[in-house]
Amino acid sequence: MSDTGAKNQPIEVRFRGGGFAPKARRSVGLAVFIFLIGIAEIGTRQGWISSLTLPKPSDVLATFGELWESGLLFKHLIPSLSRLAVGAAIGASIGIAVGIMIGLFSYVRAGMVPLVAAIFPIPKIALLPLFVIWFGIDEASKYALIAFGTFTPTVVATYGAVDNVDRSLIRMGQSFGLSWLSIVRKIVLPGAMPGILSGLRISLAIAIILLVAAEMLGAEYGIGAYILEAGSLYDLERLFAGVVILSLLGVILSTLIGFIEGRLLSWRA
Amino acid sequence: MDIRLDAISHSYGDTEVLRDISLDIPNGKIVCFVGPSGCGKSTLLRLIGGLERASKGRILQLGSPPEGCLNPLTYVFQDFALLPWRSVHGNISLVLEDRNIKGAQADAIIADVLARTKLSDFSKALPRQLSGGMKQRVAIARALAVKPAVMLMDEPLSALDSQTRELLMDDLVALWTRQSFTAAYVTHNLAEAVRLGHRIVVLSRRPGEIREIVEIDIPLRDRTHGDAKLEQTQKHLWDMMRDEARAADEELLDV
Repeated sequence: MSDTGAKNQPIEVRFRGGGFAPKARRSVGLAVFIFLIGIAEIGTRQGWISSLTLPKPSDVLATFGELWESGLLFKHLIPSLSRLAVGAAIGASIGIAVGIMIGLFSYVRAGMVPLVAAIFPIPKIALLPLFVIWFGIDEASKYALIAFGTFTPTVVATYGAVDNVDRSLIRMGQSFGLSWLSIVRKIVLPGAMPGILSGLRISLAIAIILLVAAEMLGAEYGIGAYILEAGSLYDLERLFAGVVILSLLGVILSTLIGFIEGRLLSWRA
Repeated sequence: MDIRLDAISHSYGDTEVLRDISLDIPNGKIVCFVGPSGCGKSTLLRLIGGLERASKGRILQLGSPPEGCLNPLTYVFQDFALLPWRSVHGNISLVLEDRNIKGAQADAIIADVLARTKLSDFSKALPRQLSGGMKQRVAIARALAVKPAVMLMDEPLSALDSQTRELLMDDLVALWTRQSFTAAYVTHNLAEAVRLGHRIVVLSRRPGEIREIVEIDIPLRDRTHGDAKLEQTQKHLWDMMRDEARAADEELLDV
């Protein structure tokens, strides 16, 4: 059996575990941004990206600087932020309330789930004229649009989250004679919080999209109005400056929710 | 306070799970329910505590619960049912808050039950930081905090490894010896039943009927490993259950 000698060599067990467990790598996200912007900068400077295709990132930055110095930045940003805050707050709070009701009451569920399903796919922007008739051309119609747009995804996320609350915890609460309100406040709500917060991430991103849409249709000041004006003049630097502001807004909101998650959901670890 | 089951039958739709169960759970005794899986022993426990309504028959409380009792019928669940977002202290205070026991009064109760379950050092820990055995001790502490008249224990040790189970059985015996409590204790583990039960109710496979009630008169603290009489009782229980368990195992679910 000398020819099988080689086969009897011990073979090291091949490692095949690991993976599927993403870890926080903070600097990578930044590196991707820097890399992409760097490419754009080099490309536009050297000319293999024409200035019609993409504005020079440094020019966008300069535009941004002008915007800051002239005070126009805040003139546009403050009305936008207040619209976003009011609209999203109304939509998200009503959405969370309705979502919890759907999660708790059979009749509300039977009545509201089809309604929400019917409302969800409607592009809310298409309803802006309707809102203008209902609420007037002023701020109220913009609040309504943003609120309406944040409402549906928040409802869906919230009742899904309530459905996922561990029923054995609710039985436990009942077995200790906790009141209905205590069970909702101390067991259902905290149990649904992870799902509600991750739903809020999506809702707030949609709120930003709708904010811009609302401001494009009838606003003197606001990021949307600013972008629309720049776009119609084909002023790419200003257009991009506006877009960068929106992106930053998205990143800030996402970070904010991440921060809230860190505080409220530290028990998950 | 005693509990009396009066001709309890229960069905889920067409499936009959319990048939004509009558028995007493006397004050200060631990009554164990054993039986093959699916014999309805956990259902019976949910009926006793009022988490489900029996199709037929009544469950009666005889006498009044002891003074200071906040929740006469209190469960200890197999899966612990601790709120993961509350600390050990918070999980126990949860069941006191609704009774308007707060602040110093609540702290005193919590400190007492944590001491009795040897958890005093862990009052700030979150459930995820605790081992299975510790979690179940927290759940037992929470049950003790409401001074129950009857503890309803649904396979409380089944989710634990065997060493932890042994340790917790010792703890339960010590708790009972210090201050005797009444308990209905559901388990599929016969060793647990003969170790902790004053009375062991053997249920048949579905639909669950009482096959036999075995009384063990050795005091809990004198029950040791390898005690001939206990071994004999355990063997007797197993002989009774073996065929039932096998038949139950071969049944299709949801027939």
